[in-house]
Amino acid sequence: MEGCRSTTEYNRALLLEAKRIEKSYGGVRALRQVSFGLLAGEVHALVGENGAGKSTLIRVLTGAVAADGGSVILDGRPITDNSPHRSRELGIAAIYQQPAIFPDLTVAENIALANETGGLFQLLRRGERIRRATELLESIGAEIDPKRDAGTLTMPEQQLVEIAKALGGKVRVLILDEPTASLTERETGRLFEIIRKLRSEGTGIIYISHRLEELPLIADRITVLRDGETISTSGATEMNTRDLIRLMAGRELSAVFPKREVPIGGTAFEVNGVSSAVAGISGITFAIRRGEILGFAGLVGAGRTQLAETIYGIFPADSGEVRLDGEGLSIRNPGDAIRSGIAYVPEDRRSHGVAGELPVRANMTLSILDRVSNGPALDENAERLIAGNWISSLQVKTDGMDERAGSLSGGNQQKVAIARALATGPRVLIVDEPTQGIDVGAKAECHRIMCDMAAKGVAVMMISSELAEILGMSDRVAVMRGGRIAGILERGQATAESILALALGESNQ
Amino acid sequence: MTRRLIAIGGLWLLLLGILAVRAPNFFAPENLRDMAITNAPALVVSIGMTLVILAGEIDVSIGSQFAVLSVVAGILAKSGLPLPMVAFGTLASGAVLGSVNGLLVTAMGIPSIVATLAAMAFWREFLRWTTQGAWVEGIPATFQWMGLGQTGGELAIVGSAAILFAVATWVTGNLKLGRAVYAVGSRRESARLAGIPVSGVTFGVFALMGAFTALAAFLDTVRFTQVQSSAGVGLELKAISAVVIGGTSITGGKGSLWGTLMGVVVLAAIAPALTFLGVNAFWEKAIQGAIILAAVVMERAAMKGDRAHAR
Repeated sequence: MEGCRSTTEYNRALLLEAKRIEKSYGGVRALRQVSFGLLAGEVHALVGENGAGKSTLIRVLTGAVAADGGSVILDGRPITDNSPHRSRELGIAAIYQQPAIFPDLTVAENIALANETGGLFQLLRRGERIRRATELLESIGAEIDPKRDAGTLTMPEQQLVEIAKALGGKVRVLILDEPTASLTERETGRLFEIIRKLRSEGTGIIYISHRLEELPLIADRITVLRDGETISTSGATEMNTRDLIRLMAGRELSAVFPKREVPIGGTAFEVNGVSSAVAGISGITFAIRRGEILGFAGLVGAGRTQLAETIYGIFPADSGEVRLDGEGLSIRNPGDAIRSGIAYVPEDRRSHGVAGELPVRANMTLSILDRVSNGPALDENAERLIAGNWISSLQVKTDGMDERAGSLSGGNQQKVAIARALATGPRVLIVDEPTQGIDVGAKAECHRIMCDMAAKGVAVMMISSELAEILGMSDRVAVMRGGRIAGILERGQATAESILALALGESNQ
Repeated sequence: MTRRLIAIGGLWLLLLGILAVRAPNFFAPENLRDMAITNAPALVVSIGMTLVILAGEIDVSIGSQFAVLSVVAGILAKSGLPLPMVAFGTLASGAVLGSVNGLLVTAMGIPSIVATLAAMAFWREFLRWTTQGAWVEGIPATFQWMGLGQTGGELAIVGSAAILFAVATWVTGNLKLGRAVYAVGSRRESARLAGIPVSGVTFGVFALMGAFTALAAFLDTVRFTQVQSSAGVGLELKAISAVVIGGTSITGGKGSLWGTLMGVVVLAAIAPALTFLGVNAFWEKAIQGAIILAAVVMERAAMKGDRAHAR
């Protein structure tokens, strides 16, 4: 290890530098003056909770999005007009958690597509492609037939192809985004060998991982991001996982979310041992009382949305039972769930929440068509009355209830989706990332609406990746990890650190 | 969408204007009556196609279905069944053909363009094999014009299409059913999460499409004493064109039957207009294509205008 660190001066040089990067999406500042340096021949780990800004920083480095301010400097020269194509030419390659391969093309073609620079009319030389692919795969010790269709490879094999793709060009900076998330221990070991080999050749590697325990094995330095800011950079051996969790969680969370205390009643909603192979969740057990908000925390991919969709009848449950007010429910589709008194506000309102072409009023009554009609005929007056009430009580800003829902702002679309759910008069309300990507004002209103519902005795299941929101709004917090509930914390015990520790599977808390 | 209708209407009036000056015979009552009768079946299938497209699907098999159902109507008529039974039998057969498409799409999960393309080829070849290209001839005279005489029959044909249009317009605008079709086409996932039975709606529009195709075939068959087994070639394109010209979004969720009516009327005028103006009839398809293109381009422009306005 020491030997490889103290190689030539060239290896120690600052290779890539991000200087005071600034990036906002809408009103949300994803990166605030983030600075980050990568040395040649170093593995630099980047850690932070969901939404800390890691992905955005990677997107800026690879030119996938343009920064609002700051500069990216490679070899002392600022990169101007960055784009995925340009950064690739400069030798910056990124490998994402989900391999971006073309499943119907062969391995050799996948590698060639990423690296051949000729125009669209370049003559294809099949033999040459296969030779080149074989060479690259051998260089990382991967035994994969380049003539196989990439779609038939296992996940780790696909990842190796991704690395071979990246190495095909002259790669100076290799970015790995959670590369070990789907790898077994042995495969992880193989990957680390490849990373060490690249490092010894002077490649700079940015390594993103939620597996904090593996960082001392592979990383030289660790940078912690939080809320879009660089919190610290230190040597990998100087920090233990607990220090890291403390840094990742950090800040005081207080008055951001004024939760209203409401009386909490008896148990309303019970989920007992629910498992679903399709959804990837198992042995889920929890209960929510009337008026209680149960927050669901966890890393992206921990299975929270899948749990919600299983309860709501989108994924079939293999076992377990769901009870509401002591009565067992049989839910096979969303219609059943709605009739049973469960409402769901989905995560991605653009693709799941509202029907953009339909007017606001039609969206709001989509789940209660029976209530706004006489027999089969729609009663437009009833619909207008109901929609009007929701527009004023949720303070939806529209040009009128006949406006297309798709033309509203994100926050107002979310309110339409919430109105659609609330109009069913639910006894259980499931909200998934209720305030993601909406502005501060709309956010506060969404929180007010959730509190109002709780005050009316509704049991609220709130999935959120924002720790501050979880801590601010929840009466208790369920933390999920790998499709299971890792633990349920009482309000008093729930802190950013205790939640993160459960979410990351850190047991020595 | 209304802007698009105004634009299309403008083009259409322009065409009528040219005709009024150059070929006033176009407006002779016999010609208008002919146009109405020959296009009533086209309107009927275009109504079904509007529902299918609004729901975010497509059906390219209706031309072949039309041929099969025309033969079915002819055979039933020839067998001496009473007229209402012939009509019912044809409609039921159509609903069955449509249901096959609906099942392929919903139960088997085959994309509708693929499923109905297969159905299109299958039914056409099926018919070629079973009839060996022979026409159904010797249809009893009582079947002609539904036994109402030519004038009465013509009125009945146009009247049936008009009544269907009125009912379908009311249903799409006023029934839960119509709302569900729009919601599914606008965003399947949202509709599903809102508790709408998405598969049921999708199946339903295909079944209806089949029944409407049967009605069109029936209305067409009563005009003749024999049935060609090659009827309906290109009918699907005509219906899709009418729907698209009428401003219905090809990806679903947006549009209206009034637009489709406009589309049918515009398309209906092209071929006879060319004849009256002495232009080679080969131009018909080219002009049809140009109108579709113009309609879509205008919609794009209008959408951009809307977005600029929203900012």
